[in-house]
Amino acid sequence: MSTPVPARANAPERYYNYAYLDEQTKRMIRRSILKALAIPGYQVPFGSREMPVPYGWGTGGIQLTAAIIGPDDVYKCIDQGADDTTNAVSIRRFFANVADVATTEDTAEATIIQTRHRIPEKPLKEGQVLVYQVPQPEPLRGLEARETETRAMHAYEEYGLQYVSLYENVSAYGRIAATAGYPVMVEERYLMSPSPIPKFDNPKMAQNEAVMLFGAGREKRIYAVPPFTRVRSLDFEDYPFETQTWEETCALCGAKDSYLDEVILDDAGDKMFVCSDSHHCAERRAAGHVGPMAGHTLDQDAALKEPAQ
Amino acid sequence: MNAIPGRIAPAPLLSVEGLTKWYGHVLGCRDVAFDLRPGEVLGIVGESGSGKTTLLNCISGKLTPTSGEVRFDTRRFGLTDIYGLSEPDRRRMQREEWGFVHQNPRDGLRMRVSGGANVAEPLMNLGSRHYGNMRQATIDWLDRVELDTRRIDDKPRNFSGGMQQRIQVARNLIHGPRLVFMDEPTGGLDVSVQARLLDLLRELVRDLGLAVIIVTHDMAVARLMADRLMVMKGGEVVETGLTDQVLDDPQHPYTQLLVSSVLQI
Repeated sequence: MSTPVPARANAPERYYNYAYLDEQTKRMIRRSILKALAIPGYQVPFGSREMPVPYGWGTGGIQLTAAIIGPDDVYKCIDQGADDTTNAVSIRRFFANVADVATTEDTAEATIIQTRHRIPEKPLKEGQVLVYQVPQPEPLRGLEARETETRAMHAYEEYGLQYVSLYENVSAYGRIAATAGYPVMVEERYLMSPSPIPKFDNPKMAQNEAVMLFGAGREKRIYAVPPFTRVRSLDFEDYPFETQTWEETCALCGAKDSYLDEVILDDAGDKMFVCSDSHHCAERRAAGHVGPMAGHTLDQDAALKEPAQ
Repeated sequence: MNAIPGRIAPAPLLSVEGLTKWYGHVLGCRDVAFDLRPGEVLGIVGESGSGKTTLLNCISGKLTPTSGEVRFDTRRFGLTDIYGLSEPDRRRMQREEWGFVHQNPRDGLRMRVSGGANVAEPLMNLGSRHYGNMRQATIDWLDRVELDTRRIDDKPRNFSGGMQQRIQVARNLIHGPRLVFMDEPTGGLDVSVQARLLDLLRELVRDLGLAVIIVTHDMAVARLMADRLMVMKGGEVVETGLTDQVLDDPQHPYTQLLVSSVLQI
């Protein structure tokens, strides 16, 4: 005699299992996450599932989030730092739908932050989880195509090859010109690709209080940086690691120390720089910071009257 | 090799014993044994399919032999069977103490990075982290293999075949190996380029006191480069001896055939 499964209270309106994935899959992913946290920087293979978005749109990150999210979580999703881009909005809506979680744009308020290409400007705190969407987890792949060989290189800590890419950079540009996906050493043991975040964000990974999880859906790998872990960006003795700097400030909030995106305004070459972290910028403006181009209301009628040259 | 009376023969750098490789029921090479001393150049000659490359791959740690031992005088472990070492130790030993010049430079070079980076890579693999020093060493070596140092940042595909081979030679010598394997290093080159490259190789080998194992089917290359020859046929060594002795007075019928079949102009 089997005991009848009690129906969920919201069974009629719930189409999917909680957080989309079935329980066995989430269990498998959680086990991979635990292994990844136990060996910081090591790429743990996992059985990546087909998700309702194409590869490259964050399938790895979505699966990680689905495996760790609970109804008490507050979820934030950013794409290139912005909360309001299409991808971020749809993934956020997806989890609001399948996991019944509260969503937010506030970095401090969120317990799970899923991100593509940025780490929020506001320092993360204990108890927060940062989930990265990773297109290519293998930092050595561009130089060594064989998976068997890169696995051996990780196992035996043979990381000289990664410096070849830095050498190429210096010989071609006179400095290490790589800007995104800048390789790091985790706990002086595993070489890791930090996903394509700008190298501006690399120093934020070191000794971070939050848990950082990385998921690559197509490549079927999960890796992690636990809280308070050493993360060092590779460099040469005579060409030390440097982050990007800007001569401009944010045109809207006047921030001097945040990561800026360049926005082309017209065909005449006018441009502005704005914070890529949209919540950081909004918060600063709310606190009264004003940038050189802030305060202009968009005159839509004027824009329509003037035909493009 | 007979020991000269009154002189103590130096300890072997490489000692191969009973080396046999079967590919299933097909014989690769059978029961090969020889010693190689520091600074010695050993040529392995024979026709296609005679087991030369199999033998070279077995000795250089690329292909596990079916039976037999390959002992190398490693800096860290002394004279030891390379297949008895753990994989990381063996890979490290190969990186630090050996070089391997392939017949086709595409096999030995990374075609996606510049010639300079290709030459500097062994230094980075051995832990060098100073760009300026590596750059200087690379320039020195490009100069030594008679390449235009202004072309240091060109991709290998923009060099001619002979130049690619020179890059490969520089890449395999920059880290100061003690033993270099060469698989038909002049194979794909035209005769005049071949002659110049051979000349360069001979000079470098003599200057650096390198031990070299060179596989070739070209008797002229063997004559120019090798101190000692091993003639292979059907996977077995049929004759060994000093190069001039083997080529001028071949004993085995196959060697006689091989020597007499060299085209004379």
